[in-house]
Amino acid sequence: MSRMEARSAAEFDCRGAFAAALESLAESDPRIVTVVNDSLGSSRLTGFKKKFPERTVNVGIAEQNMVGVGAGLANGGKIPFVSAASCFLTARALEQIKADIAYSNVNVKLVGQSAGIAYGELGPTHHSIEDVAWLRLLPNLAIVVPSDPWETGEAVKAAAAHDGPVFLRISRFPVPELTRPAGARFALGRAEVLREGADAVVIANGVMVTRALGAADVLAEAGVAVRVVNMASIAPLDIEAIKRAADVGAIVTVEEGSVRGGLGGAVAEVIATSKPAHLRMLGLPGFAPTGSVEFIFEHFGLTAEGIAKAVREVVAARNA
Amino acid sequence: MLSRPEPSVDVIKEKALQIRRQALKMVFDARQGHPGGDLSVSDILATLYFGVLRYDPAEPTAADRDRFVMSKGHCTGAFYATLAEAGYFPRALLATYMGPLSRLNGHPNRNYLPGVETNTGPLGHGMPVAIGMAVAGQISAAAWRVFVVTGDGELQEGSNWEAGMLAGNRKLANLTMIIDRNRLQQGAGTEETNGLEPLADKWRAFGWDVVEVNGHDHAALLRVLRSPAHDRTRPLCVIAHTIKGRGVSFMENQVHWHHGVMNQAQFETAMSELTA
Repeated sequence: MSRMEARSAAEFDCRGAFAAALESLAESDPRIVTVVNDSLGSSRLTGFKKKFPERTVNVGIAEQNMVGVGAGLANGGKIPFVSAASCFLTARALEQIKADIAYSNVNVKLVGQSAGIAYGELGPTHHSIEDVAWLRLLPNLAIVVPSDPWETGEAVKAAAAHDGPVFLRISRFPVPELTRPAGARFALGRAEVLREGADAVVIANGVMVTRALGAADVLAEAGVAVRVVNMASIAPLDIEAIKRAADVGAIVTVEEGSVRGGLGGAVAEVIATSKPAHLRMLGLPGFAPTGSVEFIFEHFGLTAEGIAKAVREVVAARNA
Repeated sequence: MLSRPEPSVDVIKEKALQIRRQALKMVFDARQGHPGGDLSVSDILATLYFGVLRYDPAEPTAADRDRFVMSKGHCTGAFYATLAEAGYFPRALLATYMGPLSRLNGHPNRNYLPGVETNTGPLGHGMPVAIGMAVAGQISAAAWRVFVVTGDGELQEGSNWEAGMLAGNRKLANLTMIIDRNRLQQGAGTEETNGLEPLADKWRAFGWDVVEVNGHDHAALLRVLRSPAHDRTRPLCVIAHTIKGRGVSFMENQVHWHHGVMNQAQFETAMSELTA
């Protein structure tokens, strides 16, 4: 099955995979609790609450308190998954995330739901395109942007097993399950090469990985072999995978987030300080205009065709 | 093993004096710190650590310990002196306060020092964390209790009220909040800045029991703070009326001493006053 065919197969909102994985873990680990800000439904946690009512803490619409309560629950021996729309969780409670979670270095899992531009027409107040950039500044905090339902579930398990703070950025825009070799495993801090190629490298995460694979298909027809790297783990960062991309000399980064400071910024920092390479960074340049998610993606070239165009440009720049 | 010192007002009084003397020496040597708040909270801390809290400095993360959160994290002079008196680390370490690479940062860090439960400093952080602890205890039906000390000016931060609403609604009887009500904040009086009164009514309206005490009366503090949680169905707010700069005549009720720096003569005067 080619990647393009996969695009037309069944597609899933990753929140379902998040909730299923968490419920399954909670069955066997009584320390797992959830904290929400009236976000049970939007976090897909109504099932969790039915099964574990006493382990579901709804603080109401109060994000600063929500994050602090998470830190306190961890102190009391729980493994809290603090789950809310990423825009409110990360922006409203940023100082709590800094002081109570990252600086205190406690075992709290922050779950930014419906991240990026998932809320489409609701506009930039509800978009969360800045979350990765500002959380990436915080030491101790692992950051994961899963690409599909399978990886979302694996990231939930990895977060629970990791003794320390984690931010999981969960996508809402439907994506297919990616095709992976048998035995594929997720590991914090390790990038995943989904497709090999020697002419250029596309580094993507979240829902953009599917589109990066689509771009590789488009380019393969034109004889351009593209390596596609899924960099779900932003922190810790797989620096060696970025250096190997720099060896190819032509890199495009793609993310459902601000073009400054996130995945593209992380890659730019590595290559600028180790092995310079030609780089194009795709993402949102600023507050998005009104429109559906798909419209906004197309508007900013966050499509298979748009990524393929950026790859052609960066290859031409390298070869010039 | 977890234990709670048998309460003795004489011991607590002596500990409070030592905490004040240590704190003043620390802020004098460091040429910075928050002496006014250190002195207002010293009797509360001495009462908690030498008559109320169940803890074991040899096992600072024992699962069943009582939790204490110093939400007014800038008052590390008094807090560190208390932890040293309680046996969490040697008193000699206090001499490094705010020095290069010291474990005694200007604001407490749980990764540097045993006995610190959560990193505070920015105001309005302690209450949500303390409430999370109390919720954990509630979920586990645990016997341990949670105590949090906030400043009064600090209550201007909205996060306290988010937290207070949840504590009231969840009927967290295992939680005690102590407000160091010295009526002064960094720049002026609390009431002339953004008034808190009627403070007791506010907490009652949020679903808390409220008790007002003289925050320098060890016997009164002991009585309130040792009252068993199982006698209550609501969280307890203790408004401890205190004097900022308590014990040093020229500092008492003077807003300047929120973070004023003593000269040698002032330090000597202060220490000579803190003798009994």
